[in-house]
Amino acid sequence: MVRFLVPLGIFVALAAFFVIGLQKDPTLIPSPLLDQQLPAFSMQSLDDEPVPVDHTALAGRPTLLNVWGSWCYNCRVEHDFLMQLSRNDVIDIYGLNWNDAREDARGWLRQFGNPYVASGHDIDGRVAIDFGVYGAPETFLVDGNGTIVHKHIGPLSPDVWLADFVPRLAALDRAVSQ
Amino acid sequence: MSRYWWLSVIALALVTTSASVFAIDTDRAFDDDKMQARYQRLIAEVRCITCQNQTIKDSNAPLANDLRAVIREQMKAGATDREIYAFLQQRYGDFALYKPPLSAKTALLWFSPLILMVIGGVAFYRTVAARGKFDVSVDGE
Amino acid sequence: MIPELGQIALIIALALAALQGTLPLIGAHRGDTAMMSLAKPAALAQFGFVLIAFLILVNAFVTSDFSLQYVATNSNSQLPVMFRVAAVWGAHEGSMLLWILILAVWTSAVALRSRSLPLDISARVLGVLGLLSVGTLLFTLFTSNPFLRLQPAASDGVDLNPLLQDPALIIHPPMLYVGYVGLSVAFAFAIAAMLSGKLDRQWARWTRPWTTAAWVFLTLGISLGSWWAYYELGWGGWWFWDPVENASFMPWLAATALFHSLAVTESRGLFKSWTLLLAIMAFSLSLLGTFLVRSGILVSVHAFASDPARGYFILAFLLVVIGIALALYAWRAPSLDTQAGFEATSRETFLLLNNVLLVIAASLILIGTLYPLFVEALDLGKVSVGKDVFELVFIIPMLPLAFLIGVGMHTTWRTGNLAYVLRQFRWLIAVSLVAGIVVPFAVFGSNNVMTALGIIAAIWIMLASIGAPLKLVRGGTALTRSAVGMHLAHFGVGLFTLGATVVSSFGVEADRSISAGQPVTAAGYTFELRSLEEGQGPNYAFLKGVVDVTKDGKPVATLFPEKRRYQRQESLMTEAGIDGRIARDVFVALGDPLGNDAWSVRLQYKPLIRLIWLGTIVMALGGLLALSDRRYRVASAAKTRVTGAESTKRAETAAPGTA
Repeated sequence: MVRFLVPLGIFVALAAFFVIGLQKDPTLIPSPLLDQQLPAFSMQSLDDEPVPVDHTALAGRPTLLNVWGSWCYNCRVEHDFLMQLSRNDVIDIYGLNWNDAREDARGWLRQFGNPYVASGHDIDGRVAIDFGVYGAPETFLVDGNGTIVHKHIGPLSPDVWLADFVPRLAALDRAVSQ
Repeated sequence: MSRYWWLSVIALALVTTSASVFAIDTDRAFDDDKMQARYQRLIAEVRCITCQNQTIKDSNAPLANDLRAVIREQMKAGATDREIYAFLQQRYGDFALYKPPLSAKTALLWFSPLILMVIGGVAFYRTVAARGKFDVSVDGE
Repeated sequence: MIPELGQIALIIALALAALQGTLPLIGAHRGDTAMMSLAKPAALAQFGFVLIAFLILVNAFVTSDFSLQYVATNSNSQLPVMFRVAAVWGAHEGSMLLWILILAVWTSAVALRSRSLPLDISARVLGVLGLLSVGTLLFTLFTSNPFLRLQPAASDGVDLNPLLQDPALIIHPPMLYVGYVGLSVAFAFAIAAMLSGKLDRQWARWTRPWTTAAWVFLTLGISLGSWWAYYELGWGGWWFWDPVENASFMPWLAATALFHSLAVTESRGLFKSWTLLLAIMAFSLSLLGTFLVRSGILVSVHAFASDPARGYFILAFLLVVIGIALALYAWRAPSLDTQAGFEATSRETFLLLNNVLLVIAASLILIGTLYPLFVEALDLGKVSVGKDVFELVFIIPMLPLAFLIGVGMHTTWRTGNLAYVLRQFRWLIAVSLVAGIVVPFAVFGSNNVMTALGIIAAIWIMLASIGAPLKLVRGGTALTRSAVGMHLAHFGVGLFTLGATVVSSFGVEADRSISAGQPVTAAGYTFELRSLEEGQGPNYAFLKGVVDVTKDGKPVATLFPEKRRYQRQESLMTEAGIDGRIARDVFVALGDPLGNDAWSVRLQYKPLIRLIWLGTIVMALGGLLALSDRRYRVASAAKTRVTGAESTKRAETAAPGTA
């Protein structure tokens, strides 16, 4: 009587999904922008004399685009590591200042240091939407051709950097030298 | 750590709403009743991605505000529902839509009522047909 | 020192539960009366120790013992005493303890009524319940101990989540848990039947009242949650199809199917294996709900703080409990077939249809709730499944069911009288049709197909559930309480359907900005902000709007929507101002300040929304009435003692052979 085994079969299948599901983080949302050309944007920088920051600035070499805000606790958490990257000239970091008042953002950079080549001020949140940003911090790795190679959600740290960024940067280097 | 990072976003939402940034739309977005109704329907179908499980209609989060503004603008520019959905999908994936469009990966969801009604119907018919053959005056134990 | 006693009490309870879960089952298998007789005292003693542990935790909250981590994170010295007690089940650890306590209460209730059961059945039922206690107690002690100390003690607590500081939330979780956990009794009866290898009509008679009782509490619990969400979240909705809500609704649907199926098993001795499966399903779905809510596997508005370790533990528990039950089912159910029949137009047919449709509805909700998980587990990205999808798929099995209720409850067992029923009720059908098609135009000025169908179904159910008993009474037939209960519950379904249809078709929602002297209008009502008053509650500061509502120049009500800022958690809460009448609610919720003394407000007009909750209360009353039926109180006790003794004898000779 196979039909009396059906409920057990369905349950076992469900349980298998639960086991897989428990190993995933339901709050992480993969970006559909991966391996796509980075969206065109233009913002004013946070400098004393604002200058335009746009997608062309990120061309020619691998860069990071880091979404941050002075209100964001985890941006403070990752900040020292960003400073370290910038001091050691590992990679050019651009900022996407999201949901922030200009003066608050500038004060934050003055207080904690500025790791960014330039930080664009996203006044109405449109650039963030074009990038599919849904929280801060988020970090995009963009290659020399302007393709988004990787997106990290949550704060950066040396461990994350070694695991997710270093191998990709090495691959980009190899592709360029070939 | 990554599990909780979005808490800061929610904290922000609470802080900003308690200050002066307003949230839920306060006046009609459109003079035209039909457009207003369409707008209300659209924003009730888009997920506030920073939130736990809320539509952008019901959320105070800054991102929900921004997304509502984008939808208003696109509607004013004459975008169709399909175009607005496509815009959101390109940026946030299917996750942004509470009513996922029919595709290979949502087919089972959308056809689940049909499939189950057919299975249920067949099982029902067979049971009734089988029981009709037995004596109705007899009871089981 | 006292909290440690709580922990010791739990450990003793665990030992007693282990005793209760093993020896009586072995005894029943061997026919050892002494071992079977241990079940009852072990169950009652287990309850005693769980109660001690629970009261110790309550005491820690009431006396604000912030040396306990759980108290420090969920209470505060400023918290009113009433909410301190409710805070016991305000988060994961304490609510697990409540779960255990409620399981112990149900177990003791079964133990105390076990005199009317044959010893081997009661020993098996209590044994299975004991094993469930063992699992939940282990879970609590190892992953969710509410008695953990905080070193050093906190000077004050973090406070109870302000969303939960509400009278409805004091009783909502206990109600819901009593319902969820109550389904374990039917489950235990099902396992007992499968272990003993026999399931007769008497079994259905024993199981039915327990199922009904659990269902009554589940109904009220869900309804309270919906009512709370309506006025506390400030969104004006009453059901959001959030995973947490679905987690409570699926077992409800399965339990509803179960007691309809039990009716067939009790009256005709049919649908036995199906009834068993439903009994397993109902409780499994309530365990599944616990898993979904507490493991953090799904994104939900009100999930508990999640911890993967807890997720794995509950999943393991689920695998053992449900896996064994379904394996047992696959083994035992095939032998339960009977040779009795019924005609295609008989009551049996309609109850079968009811079951098929309810199970389809529950399955569709399950698929919708878990679909994001399926997609993610298969690495296909992420999807969201929301309200619109659930409403659409849910209506597909439910609409036919709504129309069938009115017909089904007047059919007779064995042979059909469908043509007679329809002829008898042709006038009622005509009235429903007119009501559904014409009345919306007359009252609200518009109508559409879905609205008309919903109202026709609602009116038809209500008329049919009044009409039929009236006819019988006039014909001189005395109605049993069970029958009156059924009709009453169905009337409640009609009320609910009417409310849900009308409010979703004709409800009005408008977000506006309001300031003193600038009245705004929505749905024909004018809202004028008279003043804004600031004040201080026990643990929050509030801003209260005084809003005068008028219609056509005549005063309707003065509403006091509030914004509360809970100091300790720095969070803002919305308390809606509602003028509730049976015909409609007018609802104002304060949004946010817009500058220049203007505020955003959400205004709502919700016609017949009260019928939604009234309908569920009437359903629950119907269940209570059925529960008080003579045959469960007197007849069964006397009669079963005879048949019970018989079946014990048979069990002793038959069980070892078949096992």
